[in-house]
Amino acid sequence: MFDQILQFLITGMTTGAIYALVALGFTIIYNASDVVNFAQGEFVMMGAMSTIFLAAGDNGLPIPLAAATSVVLVICVGILLQRFAIAPARGASVVTTIIITIGASIFLRGVALVIWGKDIQAMAHFSGEIPIHIGNATLLPQNLWVMGGTALMVLGVHYFFHHTMQGKAILACSYNRDAANLMGINVGLMMLVAYGLSALLGAMAGILVTPISFTSYDAGVMLGLKGFSAAILGGMGNPMGAVVGGLLLGLIESLAAGLISSGYKDAIGFIILLLVLFIRPSGLMGRRSSDRV
Amino acid sequence: MPSDALLRVDGLSTSYGPVEVMHNVSLEIQEGELVAIVGANGAGKTTLLRTISGLHRCHSGKISFAGSDITNSAAHTIVRSGICHVPEGRQVFAPLSVDDNLRLGAYTLRKDSEWVESEMARIYELFPILKEKWQLESGNLSGGQQQMLAIGRALLGHPKLLLLDEPSMGLAPLLVEEIFRIVQELNSKGVTILLVEQNARMALAVADRGYVLETGQIITSAPANELLNDEAVRKAYLGY
Ligand SMILES: Nc1ncnc2c1ncn2[C@@H]1O[C@H](COP(=O)(O)OP(=O)(O)O)[C@@H](O)[C@H]1O
Ligand SMILES: [Mg+2]
Repeated sequence: MFDQILQFLITGMTTGAIYALVALGFTIIYNASDVVNFAQGEFVMMGAMSTIFLAAGDNGLPIPLAAATSVVLVICVGILLQRFAIAPARGASVVTTIIITIGASIFLRGVALVIWGKDIQAMAHFSGEIPIHIGNATLLPQNLWVMGGTALMVLGVHYFFHHTMQGKAILACSYNRDAANLMGINVGLMMLVAYGLSALLGAMAGILVTPISFTSYDAGVMLGLKGFSAAILGGMGNPMGAVVGGLLLGLIESLAAGLISSGYKDAIGFIILLLVLFIRPSGLMGRRSSDRV
Repeated sequence: MPSDALLRVDGLSTSYGPVEVMHNVSLEIQEGELVAIVGANGAGKTTLLRTISGLHRCHSGKISFAGSDITNSAAHTIVRSGICHVPEGRQVFAPLSVDDNLRLGAYTLRKDSEWVESEMARIYELFPILKEKWQLESGNLSGGQQQMLAIGRALLGHPKLLLLDEPSMGLAPLLVEEIFRIVQELNSKGVTILLVEQNARMALAVADRGYVLETGQIITSAPANELLNDEAVRKAYLGY
């Protein structure tokens, strides 16, 4: 029984790490521009898909190079999304921008379908598939890649926003756009940086997890919704809340799937989302203004 | 008029949507001057400053600063030319610390860390209370402290011209005096200042020259002590 629980925890932490990255992406864009970006999941899918296709075949790039190229591509998509879909709608209502990002997500999915087709795609594990045993539970090297990679990125994001002037400049834009402008901060440029950063997190999440979870052109839908649920669970706008919410959601899902029935796995996320919205709309780590990113 | 004015505003008109709120405003400021613009609530003082610093566009007129045309330039580039704006209502970055707020003031100069550090030290010397609270969230400061922070933050942009929008607004009388003392001290140290105030008496008391702005138009301009003694100005703005 203990080994089984440990196994669920390992699985849960892995999925949770990915939810955390998606949720963190939601949070960064939400804080910078008050936009809920429902194309966040598509960043994940595109990062994975383009890596797989750049690495495919005899003339394919080695995985690290394919991954790096994909991350750059997805960052460009994030920047284009901001520049051509979000920026022109500045001042529009939250509902309008949500419709825009949902539209963008449908568009990106369509592009992915045209380029890469409908099939489910697999990616090679980074360092083989020889399981590591902890008691009777097992862990793949890729699980460690996911958890370690996520931890590094979360720390990196924290460092960026708390210890660099560029990061603080983005925060300043989100707290007071005009005042930030008066400091000589190019607010438009900072928005592009925020979207680029979110896209980077999404693409990295996709690349890290796809060896375990596979991907397809529509894989971003579920990931986006789960990441959104995690962000709400942690308290929308709170980056540490997003990380905690993501891990928690992954763990709960995994335990529920293992102990109750795997059929309920996806439902759990949305039940939690609804419960949070009804009982505690500000989330577990309710947004204190000072905690925005 | 001498052509070497630091700031020259020429026939400026601006609107909010279809409503024109500033009509053909012209003014100029020489280097080293402390100029006050007084006027009632809604006269257009804030709009004028926001137009000068590039936050608001004008539809006609011209603004030149230190010899170059800055009309409708982007706000973040105007700061680099040396106009630093302390906006109405302080507008500090409330969740960020006092220290972070000040450092953001030096955002355009951040590469020159030696200058930033020495200027930070100078500002902390000028406002000891900020030094005491440097790690605190700026949103938790009192109104007067936030005003000092907003001024300090603007000074870290290394202004050739400092725009001050109602620095005394909402402050207790003692603090108002303190703020005006600081304004005067900054000017005596060589900072050129454009001060906008509803508190006409205090503003004109410290200023060299003054303009009176009424419903978006400049109706009078004169040395400050003349305005203080002007019958019409006294009736309308000084209340005696
Ligand atoms: N954002 C805005 N939208 C529409 N009208 C505005 C806006 N801001 C100010 N106004 C109008 O412009 C005029 C000048 O306002 P303002 O510049 O704030 O005056 P002051 O700073 O002298 O009190 C007022 O009539 C005000 O109602
Ligand atoms: Mg005003």
